[in-house]
Amino acid sequence: MSAPLTSLDRPNSYIGRSVPRPNAKRLLAGRGRYVSDLRLPRMLHAAFLRSPHAHAKIVSINIDEARALEGVHLVATGADLAKICTPWTGTLDHFKGMTSAPQLPLPLDRVVWAGQAVVAVVAESRAIAEDALELIEVDYEDLPVVVDIDSAREAGGPLVNPGTANNTCFRSQLDNGTVDDAFAHAAHVVEEEFTFGRHTAVTLEPRAIVAEYDPSAGMLTVHHGTQTPYQFQDLYSRHYGIPEARVRVIATDIGGSFGMKLHVYHEDMAVVGLSILLGRPVKYLADRMESFVSDIHARDHRVRARMALDAKGEILAMDVVDLTAIGAFSTYPRTSVVEGNQVIRLIGAPYRFRNYRATLEVIFQNKVQTSQYRAVGHPIACAVTERLVDMAASKVGLDPFVIRAQNVIADDAYPQTSPTGYRFEALSHQACLKRLHEIMDYGSLRAEQADLRKRGVYRGIGIAAFVEITNPSPAFYGVGGARISSQDGAIVSLTPSGEVRCLISVTEQGQGTEAIISQIVADQLGLAQERVKVITGDTEVTPHGGATWACRGAGIGGETALQATRALKRNILEIAALILQEQPSALDIVDGEVVDAATRKQRLPIFEIARIAYFRSDTLPPGTQAQLTVSHHFAPQGYPFAFTNGIQGCSLEVDVETGLIKLLKHFIVEDCGRVINPMLVDEQLRGGIVQGLGAALFEECRYSETGQLMNGSLADYLVPMPMEMPDIVIAHVETPTADTELGAKGVGEAGTAAASASVLNAVNDALAPFDATISSIPITPAKVLKALKRF
Amino acid sequence: MSGFDGGLLDEADETVRIRFVVNGRKIACEVAPRETLVDCLRDRLELTGTHAGCEMGACGACLVQLDGRAVHSCLIFAVQADGAKIDTIEGLTESGLLADLQAEFHRRNALQCGFCTPGMLVNAQELLSQVAEPSREDIRDALSGNYCRCTGYEAIVDAIDSVAKERMKARSEGGGAT
Ligand code: FES
Ligand code: FES
Repeated sequence: MSAPLTSLDRPNSYIGRSVPRPNAKRLLAGRGRYVSDLRLPRMLHAAFLRSPHAHAKIVSINIDEARALEGVHLVATGADLAKICTPWTGTLDHFKGMTSAPQLPLPLDRVVWAGQAVVAVVAESRAIAEDALELIEVDYEDLPVVVDIDSAREAGGPLVNPGTANNTCFRSQLDNGTVDDAFAHAAHVVEEEFTFGRHTAVTLEPRAIVAEYDPSAGMLTVHHGTQTPYQFQDLYSRHYGIPEARVRVIATDIGGSFGMKLHVYHEDMAVVGLSILLGRPVKYLADRMESFVSDIHARDHRVRARMALDAKGEILAMDVVDLTAIGAFSTYPRTSVVEGNQVIRLIGAPYRFRNYRATLEVIFQNKVQTSQYRAVGHPIACAVTERLVDMAASKVGLDPFVIRAQNVIADDAYPQTSPTGYRFEALSHQACLKRLHEIMDYGSLRAEQADLRKRGVYRGIGIAAFVEITNPSPAFYGVGGARISSQDGAIVSLTPSGEVRCLISVTEQGQGTEAIISQIVADQLGLAQERVKVITGDTEVTPHGGATWACRGAGIGGETALQATRALKRNILEIAALILQEQPSALDIVDGEVVDAATRKQRLPIFEIARIAYFRSDTLPPGTQAQLTVSHHFAPQGYPFAFTNGIQGCSLEVDVETGLIKLLKHFIVEDCGRVINPMLVDEQLRGGIVQGLGAALFEECRYSETGQLMNGSLADYLVPMPMEMPDIVIAHVETPTADTELGAKGVGEAGTAAASASVLNAVNDALAPFDATISSIPITPAKVLKALKRF
Repeated sequence: MSGFDGGLLDEADETVRIRFVVNGRKIACEVAPRETLVDCLRDRLELTGTHAGCEMGACGACLVQLDGRAVHSCLIFAVQADGAKIDTIEGLTESGLLADLQAEFHRRNALQCGFCTPGMLVNAQELLSQVAEPSREDIRDALSGNYCRCTGYEAIVDAIDSVAKERMKARSEGGGAT
């Protein structure tokens, strides 16, 4: 087992290899099994009547006509569900002083955002349920609406929760070093106010759930399009008072998640309750319009930040205030303050300075909740930091590469603790910066830019360094009291015919979890990958674990599989040693054969060991009990997070007449530690970058003054389409974490983390000749023209 | 509609009988006038390989072939497909028409969650049947009604690009027939 992991020349060396995902073939043939496809015997369909008001009192609800409609089985209001479901509150203990009102599946007397579900109808078909919605009469009495950040903070202004002192959910402050002193003595200070629009995940498959309660068995089965089945098993059990072992959550194929599908949604909780009330399976599938008004949104920050530098361009200090508006509640169970918390802690992360002050204020408003979506907080922290670095560079007269090279923490200076309290094990900013310079062919790009500028063509080049949080330990949620696991579990068995089955708690959303787990198992055991079957996403069969979020699938799930497989291998070799009359240490497994460790001479296929152990145990020495199934858990230890890093570059062209931006090419150098499957890693990077580019240029949930979402459809909300997206050039630096044998860290959010920052810098670079600047995301044509004073 | 007491039925219960050929098989069914083709395919015929992402013609997840051409099955009512030949991802897979595209998508991992994939494949086939030698720009352009949230599109473009070249090669080797 001392063979180096990266050696690709021995048989069964899958770690580091670009092998295609075995289960992708099913999806290509249209044989995916998404929850939206599911149909169960006696299944009914739910639809929800939604509030047209952003804030109103519910005066009365008349459901008589709806209830009488043929085909309708149940019409339920907040009061009906409150009888069987206990309320939940989206706070965590380690966010000291945070507040949020208790939530129920459906509201009792007040609606707090436009689009909030108010009444549920369950009927024979979705169409009948929707017909019935039209027969329901709800009387509302308008209440004052809190829409934008400023009015939310006004003393004496309207309150999202009447009876509370103000609209503040949470405040937090960091203060390290001597910030005031550093600014007082700085040679240069740059300062800017940034805004980041709300956007949302827009998974192509909307949220889908089928809940099935069997009263005779007291058993709840929920087919749920989610990343985190165990979290929901726990929540359904506790809020509906069903013993945990009688709650089964199955997450099969899922049409995208990106963090959006791991939060508690009111409709989903309601559907569980409806199936309990009816004792029948109930299905709910959000349609696209419902997704826009009920899926979590993300971002919505306004950040005022300044940076102090000495005469040579050395960063001395940063001082930051982040205001973020999160909707009417903090989401459950992960809260809505994690994004802001990560913004203020990730700002400045690549750089060496020691003086840092930040204030975070998290504010309620009458909109749908914001919460964790891919790259939580990273794009904001990165854009703020990297734009200020660029502003500083131009003030001091340095090239963007030069000022970064001068200020990043040196690759050989780790471990380091950031002034915000993050502990970095080992990062590689210098190496990444150097590599980016090469792959961009930076010199030629600049020359071409200068040339074109003379002809009235305005190209911009932007770069942005980032640090990403992956592999979180209990420091993330567990310490705050959330029952969200940071460990994972695997059960690995040698089957009677000599194959390996791995049941593991990490889940698959298309990123290739099952593929990389089977690579690790095959690699570590010494077996062809086709002979490994990985099973995920069913609380009834896989052990409890955190599942897939915060880029923990490869790092934590992968390590779990690695350690479990090594244990299984030891057990197999023990039996082999008894059969072959050898020492276990003298044996190894290659390609499904037990071999002499020294000579690689084949001795016995592992299917023979399985056959003997399962069917002819009588031929083994007395007292032998073969353990060909191993269950194993792994909880990360050592550093609280495995930080990764990288840098992105963007080349684009701004049409100064129309304000339109054309992305020409995008670049990334990324360091996620040990790469298990380069093709899948690159896919994560590309997909992540494109989501970040969408946020940078197009995506924004726009609200009216009365709190109505104005662009809640796929025709109005702009998502990145193939024509607008550039090709993406990728390079890697590998700095494995020493905290695990595998050495892998996460990669799923790196692309999104710095894409918008590099676009922001590139646009500002393109506009430099006009003395025009932009500090607001998304960068729409209107904003460009406004900056150019042409609008 | 004999045999029922008409008084028990209202408009919503009225159905229309349609006949079409779906994936090579003759099918007759009763559909409500308001039922879209995508709902009919998915719910009635259990052809769940065709997906619905927006139900308004914006995302391309619901593309199927109608009389050999790609159409948005969310934008037509099932009754409009009466008498038509419909091919969905299930049938197109079985007939092998998409086999080279599917293999190349697999090799290059041009899909993640796979929800957009059937629509992407139908549209890729449409493009390649119309334009023999599309540029990358043409491919990106043609796919601009197909939304994919997962992949970033590049692998999809690469896969279609290489299948286009393979098909060109096969055609020229086969004697230049077009
Ligand atoms: S579902 Fe038809 S185009 Fe989106
Ligand atoms: S693979 Fe998920 S939407 Fe395209």
